[in-house]
Amino acid sequence: MIKVENLTKRYAGQPAIRDLNFEVSQGEIMGFLGPNGAGKTTTMRILAGFMPPTSGRATVAGFDVFKQSLQARAHLGYMPENVPLYSDMRVTEYLNYRAALKGVQHRRIAERVGDVKELCGLREVEKKLIGTLSKGYRQRVGLADALLAEPDLLILDEPTIGLDPNQIRQVRELIKNLGRHHTILLSTHILPEVEMTCGRVIIIHKGRIEACDTPDNLLGKIRQAGGVLLEAKVGKDNAAEELKKISGVRDVVTDGDDDWKRLSLRVESGVDVREEVFRLATDRHWVLRELTQRRATLEDVFVELTHPDLV
Amino acid sequence: MRKFYTLLSREVRGYFYSPIGYIVLIFFLIVSGIDFYFQVSFMNQRQVQYTVQEAFFNSVFFWFAFVLIFPLITMRLFAEEFKLGTIEPLTTVPVRDWQVVLSKFFGALVFYLILWIPTLLYFWIFLKITNQPAANSAGAYFGSYLMLFLLGMFYVSIGCFTSVLTKNQIIAAVISFCAITLLFFLGLVQFVLLDVTTTTRDLLGYFSAIEHMGTFSRGVIDTRPIVLYVSMTLVMLTLTYHAFQSRKWRL
Repeated sequence: MIKVENLTKRYAGQPAIRDLNFEVSQGEIMGFLGPNGAGKTTTMRILAGFMPPTSGRATVAGFDVFKQSLQARAHLGYMPENVPLYSDMRVTEYLNYRAALKGVQHRRIAERVGDVKELCGLREVEKKLIGTLSKGYRQRVGLADALLAEPDLLILDEPTIGLDPNQIRQVRELIKNLGRHHTILLSTHILPEVEMTCGRVIIIHKGRIEACDTPDNLLGKIRQAGGVLLEAKVGKDNAAEELKKISGVRDVVTDGDDDWKRLSLRVESGVDVREEVFRLATDRHWVLRELTQRRATLEDVFVELTHPDLV
Repeated sequence: MRKFYTLLSREVRGYFYSPIGYIVLIFFLIVSGIDFYFQVSFMNQRQVQYTVQEAFFNSVFFWFAFVLIFPLITMRLFAEEFKLGTIEPLTTVPVRDWQVVLSKFFGALVFYLILWIPTLLYFWIFLKITNQPAANSAGAYFGSYLMLFLLGMFYVSIGCFTSVLTKNQIIAAVISFCAITLLFFLGLVQFVLLDVTTTTRDLLGYFSAIEHMGTFSRGVIDTRPIVLYVSMTLVMLTLTYHAFQSRKWRL
């Protein structure tokens, strides 16, 4: 559905994205992650036909986004960042206008507009001026707009930014459902969202792709694949040294000044050391009050790839 | 064509969504009303060689209102879309750039023509009250309104061009106001310069909106101004189109 080859974009000589290569196949939900200024919006704008790349090429549904821009644009629904809308129009009026612009057949406009309003929960504000809507509703108008022409591909630039937790959950469900019929490329900062919705993830940093894989594989790959948290009364023992002797444990950080010590163990990926830790504790007569396996999250992957100093 | 019509209808309706449309409409009604009233009462007091209709379209009031409305009508066309970012959803749907440019141009032109509709009423009221026609012939009406259309077309296209250059509406308005005023005064230079040849004088006269209006409002349809304004409009629209496209490599 999307094919990107050696895509580069420079702003005044400054590269925003460099040599991007990736593909999104039909029916896939692809998450696009990266810190602010990594080049997510730039990439999405190029794919949506808003601006051409400096070099390289990208195709949407087989059409070059620059040379066959009109055909490419006809296959996609794009929701720009911050959702710019005409504040002086009413919701239904705006959607009617957009549907006509996207070439939805005249007799189908009312039906399509009705459908997307239903889907995005816009019924109660359909007669309101867009300028008076809250951020959440504006976001939904943008999403409804992207869905109007039943595009094969949805490009959503931060669809859940500025929403409250309930709305985020609703939008996430919506995106999941949409994924059954559409190919989706979405960018976001909210990592649990990606873990829950996306089949694959691209992590982009300083204009380069750092990783492109399924969330599970990404979690498997990183150095710090979770760890074990231990809270125990260890007496005079140097617990950290003892724990480091267990195979699979890479590092131990001790915390806490009183009798109770909190020990975080960094563990190699795929190893469960809790049993050994328990044995050690019973041998040494330590009193345990917590022993937890901490799963690595996409957040760890994200931080490791984009800001290694923080790991 | 359907997409063009959709864009055009939004552009025209856009004027009535915002206060700017009504403000321009009211301002224009007041100034043109005063103009008409002054011309008629002036002619009541002395013998003149021209008709009410000629006087109306050639007065200082008329030109004052005329050069002022174009920046107001056209400043928002592109600048507002750039500022609000709505240019992004607009240019990522399958519409062509020329459809966007032409819809904005014709949208402003339609609004400009709407401004003139009430003035037809003035002449009708004059006829009803005084039982005298305001002009010598139907051709004089036709000529005046044709010239209004031609000048409007050209000045709207200048406004389009200045609006596409910036995302600041004020800057767009100031540039188009300066450009339109300069062009307007270019036609007056021939009266100021004394030691110029007839050729220079004729050349400058060729650009004189006042002179064109004088001719057309007498009912004389001269093809030279028609060619001038139509071709200049095409030039300005082409420039607008290219400036609009430049966002792609300028960004």
